[in-house]
Amino acid sequence: MKSSNAATKTANLADLMCAPGQPAAGTMEERARREDLTLLKTMLEQMLLVRRFEEKAAELYTLGKIGGFCHLYIGQEAVAVGALSTTQPDDYIFTSYREHGHALVRGMDPGEVMAELCGKQSGVSKGKGGSMHLFDKRRGFLGGHAIVGGQIPLAAGAAFASKYFQQSRVTLCFFGEAAVNIGSFHESLNLAALWKLPVVFICENNRFGMGTPIERASTLYDLSQKACAYNMARTWVDGMDVLAVRETLKEAVDRARQASAPTLIEARTYRFMGHSMSDPSHGHYRTKSEVEEQRRHDPIKQFTAALEATGIVNQEYLDELEQKVRDMVEEAVAFAERSPEPDPKELGTDVYVD
Amino acid sequence: MSIMTYREALNQAMREEMRRDETIVLMGEEVGFYQGAYKVSKGLLDEFGPMRVLDTPITELGFTGLGVGAAMVGVRPIVEMMTFNFALLALDQIVNSAAKMLYMSGGQFSIPLVVRGPGGAGHQLAAQHSQSLEAWFCHVPGLKVVTPATPADAKGLLKTSIRDNNPVVFIESEVLYGTRGEVPDGEYLTPLGVADVKRPGRDVTVIAHSKMLLVALDAAADLAKEGIEVEVVDPRTLRPLDVETLLNSVKKTNRVVIVEEGWPQYGVGAQFVDVIQHGAFDYLDAPILRVTGADVPMPYAKNLEHLALPAKQRVKDAVYRVLYRQGVGAQGHA
Ligand SMILES: Cc1ncc(C[n+]2csc(CCOP(=O)(O)OP(=O)(O)O)c2C)c(N)n1
Ligand SMILES: [Mg+2]
Repeated sequence: MKSSNAATKTANLADLMCAPGQPAAGTMEERARREDLTLLKTMLEQMLLVRRFEEKAAELYTLGKIGGFCHLYIGQEAVAVGALSTTQPDDYIFTSYREHGHALVRGMDPGEVMAELCGKQSGVSKGKGGSMHLFDKRRGFLGGHAIVGGQIPLAAGAAFASKYFQQSRVTLCFFGEAAVNIGSFHESLNLAALWKLPVVFICENNRFGMGTPIERASTLYDLSQKACAYNMARTWVDGMDVLAVRETLKEAVDRARQASAPTLIEARTYRFMGHSMSDPSHGHYRTKSEVEEQRRHDPIKQFTAALEATGIVNQEYLDELEQKVRDMVEEAVAFAERSPEPDPKELGTDVYVD
Repeated sequence: MSIMTYREALNQAMREEMRRDETIVLMGEEVGFYQGAYKVSKGLLDEFGPMRVLDTPITELGFTGLGVGAAMVGVRPIVEMMTFNFALLALDQIVNSAAKMLYMSGGQFSIPLVVRGPGGAGHQLAAQHSQSLEAWFCHVPGLKVVTPATPADAKGLLKTSIRDNNPVVFIESEVLYGTRGEVPDGEYLTPLGVADVKRPGRDVTVIAHSKMLLVALDAAADLAKEGIEVEVVDPRTLRPLDVETLLNSVKKTNRVVIVEEGWPQYGVGAQFVDVIQHGAFDYLDAPILRVTGADVPMPYAKNLEHLALPAKQRVKDAVYRVLYRQGVGAQGHA
């Protein structure tokens, strides 16, 4: 923090970090060969778990068992899985309301997450948060925030705290591409760069903010360039390639942990479903054929194919994995369904703490 | 006892608490090198260094949110607003993050944060720099709202607010910074949610907070010469509100005047009226009157500004009216 009050030094152009980082090189198969086998299998399982969990959430929403706004992560799994594969257990995670995936990948119990979606006492936030407000203190999961961009200054704050306490923790902060136009994004990036905070900002560019494509909201499409205004390291990555995300994040997480410096990463991805459960997957803002075309780049299909091609998994393994994941989701639903609603007494608790 | 200014009392409170607890940091615009826009943080950078006294860019939303995030994981930030008018830019983080984090996380994340700075009118600061916005914050469950009027309360309440594990909105007053008063020596803490009878009396209860307390006391001194004994009650904390002390006073005097600098519609005083009609309906001998700021943006011109702010004569007139005596030009509002 020595810089916070230091006299402004004259900017050295050579310091400017706005040259983009290198997008991950090589094919997915080449990347897979460099990684640990167990890790690869875990990542595939996580992606599949998120996919099946979200499909089930959609079902329960249609049945009226999940209420409110419910934003699914289907199509974006590679981002959370690749990014969180680079973190340590005591790192901090902040996300938006589209956070079921991040929560599950972070190791939160699928039953407790599903129970939260269903508004049950056994939910991770005791049924008081819902789909958009998942929290888990033990896992450094600092929420699910539903004001666009609201989590970005919070993440800078958690990163400030770890710097203040001289811990080697890193904070990861996820948000959508529409959030780069909001003031809190810019204020937070400036503070994070100025105070050299150990945080990685991950913009999940799924191409739309509700029904508005990025081109109708910003004149700049190479979004990580926004970091240039704050002299911050930046890069972009194919967000449908889980191992590319992992490699890109590794570098940024290292930069945060070793050098206490922030990075902005744009992960280019796509959401296959509607904005929320009340929005159809296609209609007036995008066509069915566009969605179908994007689905050809399904991150799970791509990753599975790469692992098969390298002989790391085979069909038998995949069948077993599919069954295992479906069982986990069924169990999560059963847990949520048999859990009681919050006690009416809970209405007035947790407003203030002693 | 020592005599000191309200400003010095606040400074002492922060200094003592920062010495006691290393997790406390102060951040805001000009709090360090410049020693504070109103010199409340004078000397703190020297004593605690730039890790704990942080000059921020002009970025209220950003640094308030940063404070909330830091508070989630063990830091106890004091966030200074140069004035509370600028807290409007940080309202999202105060209302949507700080006030709700504990609840929406099912009790997992408390936010030990103080947002402090001056509110209300100064001298001819005009429309954008003269607002009393406490009602905005009082409306929100999850926040506490504290408005000290004297140096002793400034010190005791700020120390308690810093130790509180909830987000506290602590509204000072530019006009009060230079006022002097006695402050007890040694460790001095004033509990939140406890009102203070600043002047006992039997005829009329006048409720006033922040710098309106001084106006109320001034009016009470005049009225005493006419044989009218006014009881002046300062709630000190607007949320949580010490309803009991208010009601006890009303039950004794049976007549109430509320003085507040903020606007009349939906203001803090409207809440006092509600708790009093609910808790002491049968004790009231006259309708409750409110003396408030005028229902207009603050004008610049000296004479107009004067007309817009509650003044001693208007408080006296309201007291006459609740006593059904002939006051001169008595008016409830504005
Ligand atoms: C400040 C604010 N304005 C508007 C909304 C309503 N809203 C919720 S999500 C959303 C779109 C955000 O898109 P993006 O940031 O790209 O995230 P995505 O939903 O694509 O994950 C909008 C407008 C909100 N929650 N907060
Ligand atoms: Mg989007």
